[in-house]
Amino acid sequence: MHLRQLVLIALAVTNFVAGVSARDRVKIAGSSTVLPYANIVAEEFGKTYSEFKTPIIESGGSSAGIKLFCQGLGTSTIDIVNASRRIREEEIKVCKNNGVENIIEISFGYDGIIIATGVNTRAWALKPKDVYLALAAKIPANGQMVKNPHNTWKDVNIKLPNWQIAGYIPGEKHGTREVFEERLLRVGCIEAGAESIMETLGVDKKNVDNLCIAVRKDGAAVDIDGDYNETLARLQSNNTGVGILSLLFYEKNLDKLKIASISGIKPSSETISSGEYPVSRPLYFYVKKDHIGMVPGLDEYLKFFISKRIIGNEGLLAEYGLVPMPVIEYIALLKKVKTLKTM
Amino acid sequence: MSTTTNTVAEQVRSRYQPQHPSHLRKRYRSEWFFKIYGLVSVLIGLSFLFIMFTSIIWNGWSAFLQANLKLEVFLDQKKINPDGKSDLNTLRHVNFKSIMRNSLYEQLGLSGNLKPKIRRQLNKLLSRNADMQIREYVLANPSSIGKTVEVTVLAHGNVDAFLKGSISRDIPSEKRQINDQQVEWIDQLVSSGTLVMKWNWGLFKFGASSQPETAGLLVAIVGSIFMMLIVIVLAVPLGVAAAAYLEEFAPKNWITDIIEVNINNLAAVPSIVFGLLGLAVFINIFGLPRSTAIVGGLVLTLMTLPTVIIATRASIRAVPRSIREAALAMGASKMQTLFHHTLPLALPGVLTGTIIGLVQALGETAPLLMIGLVAFVVDVPSTLLEPSTALPVQIYMWARSAERGFVERTAGATIVMLIFIIFMNTIVAILRRRFESKW
Repeated sequence: MHLRQLVLIALAVTNFVAGVSARDRVKIAGSSTVLPYANIVAEEFGKTYSEFKTPIIESGGSSAGIKLFCQGLGTSTIDIVNASRRIREEEIKVCKNNGVENIIEISFGYDGIIIATGVNTRAWALKPKDVYLALAAKIPANGQMVKNPHNTWKDVNIKLPNWQIAGYIPGEKHGTREVFEERLLRVGCIEAGAESIMETLGVDKKNVDNLCIAVRKDGAAVDIDGDYNETLARLQSNNTGVGILSLLFYEKNLDKLKIASISGIKPSSETISSGEYPVSRPLYFYVKKDHIGMVPGLDEYLKFFISKRIIGNEGLLAEYGLVPMPVIEYIALLKKVKTLKTM
Repeated sequence: MSTTTNTVAEQVRSRYQPQHPSHLRKRYRSEWFFKIYGLVSVLIGLSFLFIMFTSIIWNGWSAFLQANLKLEVFLDQKKINPDGKSDLNTLRHVNFKSIMRNSLYEQLGLSGNLKPKIRRQLNKLLSRNADMQIREYVLANPSSIGKTVEVTVLAHGNVDAFLKGSISRDIPSEKRQINDQQVEWIDQLVSSGTLVMKWNWGLFKFGASSQPETAGLLVAIVGSIFMMLIVIVLAVPLGVAAAAYLEEFAPKNWITDIIEVNINNLAAVPSIVFGLLGLAVFINIFGLPRSTAIVGGLVLTLMTLPTVIIATRASIRAVPRSIREAALAMGASKMQTLFHHTLPLALPGVLTGTIIGLVQALGETAPLLMIGLVAFVVDVPSTLLEPSTALPVQIYMWARSAERGFVERTAGATIVMLIFIIFMNTIVAILRRRFESKW
């Protein structure tokens, strides 16, 4: 008798669980850089559409999010992943193997990467070359690649101040790291002539790439695995330290940070939008096409996100700090979403 | 001869009488020092606690106050509902933003054609969600349509931070989130009594939000309560039953030894491991939905179980044998002995163990990371299967936000969590008192 009751209760509970797992709202995961933007959109979406519940957004970094995204199809998986970098070929392959074949890629605007110091320092101008020579593990000297000997910025470039080199760079799991590597270290590597030296030394192509972006491990460059607030705290205790941050974060902390110009261009919404400022990146989110129609509100969320009111020049996200995309790009995006074109 | 007796007597005296009082003094001194060491360690511990509490309260008290604007709003029927309907669907399409903004402009004595730039700066004094508050007001008082009423709406997070001093007046205007023109308006509004600080009910009324002024703890509090309920309902009966069996019924052999060692080890396993286990078992195998209180509760139950078992076993063992033997001698069965005598006497210990486990579970973030509870959830969950977050997770997420207003909210949320913990500990202290017995 008791046993029968127990079995019945257990059955009822499993039924209940199975019944509810048909989802009633959009699920999103991914980049912590994109998170504040996505939060705003989700909040507005919930306010505007009474028939749908507000989407929920997890944050744990682009890579972790894409892993979740590529787990497969179905209501138990997420519908959208936010990414501060482009999805990689290998990741798409994993996705395909798990049945996630139709992915819609949306790039919704730009974000600048800035180099900042504490507020009590003087303004300075950097070049990617300086950053490379200060923070890379190996640098060229007399036709050879040697361990980075520089202690101060003055050692790197006589025009720079006599500050101890202390770089606070985003950890490997952050999408920002990739932009930092590609747009500062790799460019600096070429500018400093390290690439050609390595080629004449007979290093193969792949190793050249890896050596260019290898960061020194002797304590002068510190990986920050936490968020930008941690970098900010480091810069406040060490004013002449150099932090790699996003433009958005800088705009919220104007009174605590000083910004460096790169190759003579000061980062701002205008210089990033026009492409003058060299270190910027598009922000993305990826949608499972097969989930449209299956998860209530997904289609509407997608269209809501790319509406003028959100990502337009005077939209909500631009007001918050997103660098809006040029008009031509925006028109192309509208067309893409209309036809739900996949990658 | 006499000299020898003398020496013998002296020898005896030297052995039985303290010839070196300095030894005694030394022993007293070392005891005194030991006492001082103890006292100093207690004081150091207390001072750390004091520093922690003061810094949290110092940073967080202002989170319980919030800048509000008392606006005289004219609810024009032509703009709101020309057809006379006042249900949610009609009101959803009303542009309360412009109604609210116009009322702010009037309050500042600015009217007519303002430049768009000025208007944008003015609009930034109001919270982006302030129009929702007016909508709610109209929904609650449909009769107010067509009249001029006073509605209290939230000010923008930057205005709030400015009034609380976390955005300083001394910073040059171009480096400040609030520019000089806006400062002027704020001063004007404060002196006219429009902009006031009020008790921040929003902190307990709202869910997650991207703006500090409308970010609240409700989802996190509800989520934490759900999870604690699951832990109590599952971990306590399972833990007590396991402990009672192992202590009173199980044969003592190598199998039970292995079980015991494993339980003790489990109590020392880093909590993130339980999160990974929860991800693999509850989500991937059983198919429970991510980000829900039920998964969180189950994972925290696994984490709490060893603590409850160990504490219960210790307190059952502490019950004197004589009580068991007396009961058995009177003809009670083993089970009767356990339920009528041993367990009631062990109850204070069981309660303490349970609460220690619960408090640990309440403050845990790491395992929840893996199962999707670190999420932006706006709607308050009403069942265990709806998305939710937890208090420590909310603190973690706020600590990562860029806006100034979230700094104080992080500390404010910590205060709320500490109050929760103190509340739970008080309940246990009372229960212990009631059930405690001496033998």
